[in-house]
Amino acid sequence: MSVSAALAGASAKPAGKRPYFLDREVERVLAITMAVAQELSVARERIDTLERLLERHGVLDRAEIDAFAPTPQEAAERGAWVQEYLVRVLRIVQQEGEAAAAGGELASEELAVELAQS
Amino acid sequence: MDGDVTQSALAPPAPYDGPPDYRAVGRHGVFPDVSHDEIARLNFLAHMNRHLATRVMPHVRTAWDARGAPAFAAAHGRAPADRHEVRRALLADPVFCTWSALRRLTMEQRQQAGRWVTLRQAETLAVRARALTDGDPRLSLDPSLPIPRYISGIDHHCMPGSYHTEAFAGDVSGAANYDHGLFATTGGQLGRYSDGGGHGVVHWMQRHMPDFAPARILEIGCTVGHSLLPIAAAYPDAEVIAVDVGAPVARYALARAKSLGIDNVRVVQADATDLSRFADGSFDWVQSTMFLHELSGPAMRAIFAESFRLLRPGGIMLHVEQPQYAVDMPLFEQAMRDWDAFYNNEPFWSTMHGLDLDGLVVQAGFAAENLLHGGVTAVVDRAVFPDAADEKGEDFGRKAAWHIVGARR
Repeated sequence: MSVSAALAGASAKPAGKRPYFLDREVERVLAITMAVAQELSVARERIDTLERLLERHGVLDRAEIDAFAPTPQEAAERGAWVQEYLVRVLRIVQQEGEAAAAGGELASEELAVELAQS
Repeated sequence: MDGDVTQSALAPPAPYDGPPDYRAVGRHGVFPDVSHDEIARLNFLAHMNRHLATRVMPHVRTAWDARGAPAFAAAHGRAPADRHEVRRALLADPVFCTWSALRRLTMEQRQQAGRWVTLRQAETLAVRARALTDGDPRLSLDPSLPIPRYISGIDHHCMPGSYHTEAFAGDVSGAANYDHGLFATTGGQLGRYSDGGGHGVVHWMQRHMPDFAPARILEIGCTVGHSLLPIAAAYPDAEVIAVDVGAPVARYALARAKSLGIDNVRVVQADATDLSRFADGSFDWVQSTMFLHELSGPAMRAIFAESFRLLRPGGIMLHVEQPQYAVDMPLFEQAMRDWDAFYNNEPFWSTMHGLDLDGLVVQAGFAAENLLHGGVTAVVDRAVFPDAADEKGEDFGRKAAWHIVGARR
């Protein structure tokens, strides 16, 4: 009950019209970006807590993290993950490039009209 | 520069001067539980506010001096005549707009973070508040009290539901949200219990009126009692009556006070423009702290008049507020201080800070020669927090340093 109330209401709008200072689209993306930046900070703080607890319990020496050098195989695995990650995150850039190359494409709506008339 | 690396590696680390970790916050019987990640979210917000005030806002001034003011002069053949002209001109500057957009969304993110914390445990908080207040004659609620338009019309500081809305009978989640988030919003500058303003008032009173021994104190607009409790603790023999229009904050304030061991406080849900339930001359001290700017002109004048009526001869009225827009305050500073009025849902802020408050106090009946003035700064634990008065930078309108508007009856 409480978590569903929090899901529904935590992001509620305060009474009063919201001012916009930038193009509305830009400000919307900025607000989303800063919320994501906040969550990255939260994740970073949690990793830091984890490292410090592991060190306190003798599981880990944090200096080892900074001194860590992956083997060539490990470096390749990590590099492959970053490649996959960037392809995923920058999907729209690739698609806009492909669209530029494709030239005057049909919109689905245009084809729909055509098919409706055929 | 590459050549500086050796030197900076040898230099002692710079002393940390940022906001404290949220875990330094003072807790009490109705304080919400906060998880590791919820704390990290609040830590981020404290740092965002600090960053915006110290690293971004200075560019707003630079941009105004370098291009905003010259552009205004070129367009109008004169300097801006008032703060409103400066603000409207600032709205054309991308640096001001970027800073404003970030400041506004940071306020919204603070509310989001706090509402997540308190809504997910709203029932538990209500049970804890009820256990501390049920049947206690020191809590008087008035469900029929109309909420004035200056509170109901917009939600102050973008706080959904403001001080007065409850989601269910006995709900205190809004009050708990306001309470626990303030430490992050202020970066701890008001102390562990966000009570540095109240301690500042006590400090001022003990310095300037060391023999003042009030038997009855009235605090107006107490919300959750941040500023109230240091006063009640400093005058343990006084009966302290606190009023607020919001039932959730009133309920929470008494629960919070009791769990912190403060027992000489009564909380009454009431509109301070009409306190006819209390007799003429029945108080020695009427106090409000960072409250007047959330009123309206008629309400403020009515409260000054009620303060005069309620005080015994020789009694003290003290309202603690951010400084007024005096003629010697630069228009740029006035415009920046006005930001909260227009963009952070503090609609009376601008008008109120331009009024002749001394004149209104005299109109309410106080003698001009009995006006009180002075400065109050937050008094906090210096071992844990930077002292408010030493704080670098000026987050216009939010510095923990205030002026007194007051008078002796």
